[in-house]
Amino acid sequence: MSITGAEALIKSLEAEGVEVIFGYPGGAVLSIYDALRESSIKHVLVRQEQAAVHAASGYSRVTGRPGVCLATSGPGATNLVTGIATAYMDSIPVIAITGQVATGMVGTDAFQEVDIFGITMPITKHNYLVQKAEDLPRIIREAFHIAQTGRPGPVLIDIPKDVSGAILAQYQPVTKVDLRGYKPTFRGHPSQIRNLAQLIREAEKPLIYAGGGTVRAGAHEEVLALAERINAPVTTTLQGLGVFPENHPLSLGMLGMHGTPYANLAVQQCDLLIGLGVRFDDRVTLSVEHFAPNAQIVHVDIDPAEIGKNVLVDLPIVGDVRLVLEDLLGLVEEKEHPEWIEEVRGLKKNYPLTYGHAGGDLKPQFVLEKLSELLRDQDWIITSDVGQHQMWAAQYGKFLKPNTFLTSGGLGTMGYGVPAAVGAQLGAPQATVVAVTGDGSFQMHMAELGTATENKLPVKILLFNNSYLGMVKQLQHFFVEGRYSGVEFTGNPDFMQLISAYKNACGLRISKPEEVEPVLKEALNNGKLTLIECVISDQELVYPVVPNDMGLDQMIFFPQEG
Amino acid sequence: MKHTLSVLVENKPGVLSRIAALFARRGYNIDSLAVGRTEDPAVSRMTIVVEGDERVIEQVTKQLHKLIDVIKLSDMTNEEYVDRELILIKVHADPTSRAEIMQIVDIFRARIVDIGRNSLIIECTGDGGKINAIENALRPFGVRELVRTGKIALARGQKQRD
Repeated sequence: MSITGAEALIKSLEAEGVEVIFGYPGGAVLSIYDALRESSIKHVLVRQEQAAVHAASGYSRVTGRPGVCLATSGPGATNLVTGIATAYMDSIPVIAITGQVATGMVGTDAFQEVDIFGITMPITKHNYLVQKAEDLPRIIREAFHIAQTGRPGPVLIDIPKDVSGAILAQYQPVTKVDLRGYKPTFRGHPSQIRNLAQLIREAEKPLIYAGGGTVRAGAHEEVLALAERINAPVTTTLQGLGVFPENHPLSLGMLGMHGTPYANLAVQQCDLLIGLGVRFDDRVTLSVEHFAPNAQIVHVDIDPAEIGKNVLVDLPIVGDVRLVLEDLLGLVEEKEHPEWIEEVRGLKKNYPLTYGHAGGDLKPQFVLEKLSELLRDQDWIITSDVGQHQMWAAQYGKFLKPNTFLTSGGLGTMGYGVPAAVGAQLGAPQATVVAVTGDGSFQMHMAELGTATENKLPVKILLFNNSYLGMVKQLQHFFVEGRYSGVEFTGNPDFMQLISAYKNACGLRISKPEEVEPVLKEALNNGKLTLIECVISDQELVYPVVPNDMGLDQMIFFPQEG
Repeated sequence: MKHTLSVLVENKPGVLSRIAALFARRGYNIDSLAVGRTEDPAVSRMTIVVEGDERVIEQVTKQLHKLIDVIKLSDMTNEEYVDRELILIKVHADPTSRAEIMQIVDIFRARIVDIGRNSLIIECTGDGGKINAIENALRPFGVRELVRTGKIALARGQKQRD
């Protein structure tokens, strides 16, 4: 039976188990949208293509399967770029499908033609410009294989209009992948793992530093088992939050520029730093010369190119972090470090994460503490945008499970939170999904309220409104002597009126601390798309701060701590 | 230090720009790059000469390995290998200087491949040192145009691709 290229594409996506596509139609994807009508795949119409990638990313993080997004050629494709780069930096498997002008028109600067294949080369794990409809089933299979194996990442498939419209004699499913240039390593080298076991035996002050790689690899149980077995405290990166339960006595929360003081100090004092699925990002290490000065550094990662890229390590292990830990757990014995644990406990007591409760001011940190408390017994997911609110959410969210904090870390993309929440809610319909955002970030993708409304998604948007781009203002406060420039919003809308413009949506405002609990309770239980606006002071700052080029122990603390 | 990388890649559209873009994006300097088909028409070999210390070369090779279209890569610098470059030089040559130029061509075992009224095109192959030497020897006569291929290389002995 003959079939169009577009139908072959959709059949191939169905064969991969795709249930949802986030997209935006256009002239170069007409036949793909036509084929979608006959498919079981649900199409979610976003309001701008960038939101489609973020939604696919949110969906992928909660389902563990690649998220799929679809856009037309030209501006549709270029609008995907920031989203793809965001997914690339955080290693999220996303399949981006774009329409392209017909092959005969490629290179002629035709209407809505752009070289998205060339543009996305440095921000995808791999990409394709499809030349023949016959290749589609193979390319889709390869793309899904590449996106979700090894170090995950986005793959883009650019499909010219005449390729999706071409007639194929028959659809030939492809199940096997044969890529001679792509053979990711999964098992770690046994002798290196033995060496790690030996280092652990010798260490007196071991510290585990777990990142997004442990989340992607599904290694949360192994991380917990290792920490308890060898009695080592655990600090996580922004992407690693939730891989180790933050209510565990060995948890130190997040490290880095705005990490907990005790996590940062523990890094500087430990004698063995076990980096798991991390990349020693500059927001984590700050000054590399001063990073973990007393420690032997171990780096376990699936991407060999990460090893030795930013920090010279004493023991590298390339492999899937879950499998490496599985092998390691067979080699290490129970160990106790009472003195080290006592030292860390002292750090927690003497250098707590704090924000001051002075006066009757509404503190964003307090709101987030309350939120985390109220969510504790539910199945929940927090997404965030980028800025001060993101750091407060990371510090006070108390994450207990992996993939419960979805945020743009590597690229730091404002506007990620709301569309990611849309994707997360579609991937986890039973979960309470809260997008923590600020007035700056929210306005980048607030049009997605329409997408949430259309799909009846009861997403909660917790908006901290200080009428400023708070994080940039904070940078200007600390690093350019308070010369504020371009950071004030004087034209913000009335957000309550804005949300009331959407059908069946609810707007709630919090301005006093005593309103926090009742309003959050109402919001979390009303089953509706809800915007909770917290009006906060523009003087509020994220503490601690480790300035660039400083060691992690050279923090600017919350003023009261001196 | 200069390193010679031999990279086998899929012979597909976009592969060269993928590799060139990787060098540009990560700030590595390509000294020369030569690319052509191998015994397998689906595979091309790129010989890339890159300047950098051990750490840079390690990153270059690891980042190249990550490209799906890169099949195999070896740093030949510390191996036994044969390398060649080809140069074509159009040199000014009037009746008074021709004899001397032809002598130089003989010494380098090069060849004259075109004769114009006042010029000669000379073809020469050899390793980088020899090519530099003939270029320098001919420069005083007046070089009008010149093109070099960049280095190509193969490991000596039994070693094969697979």
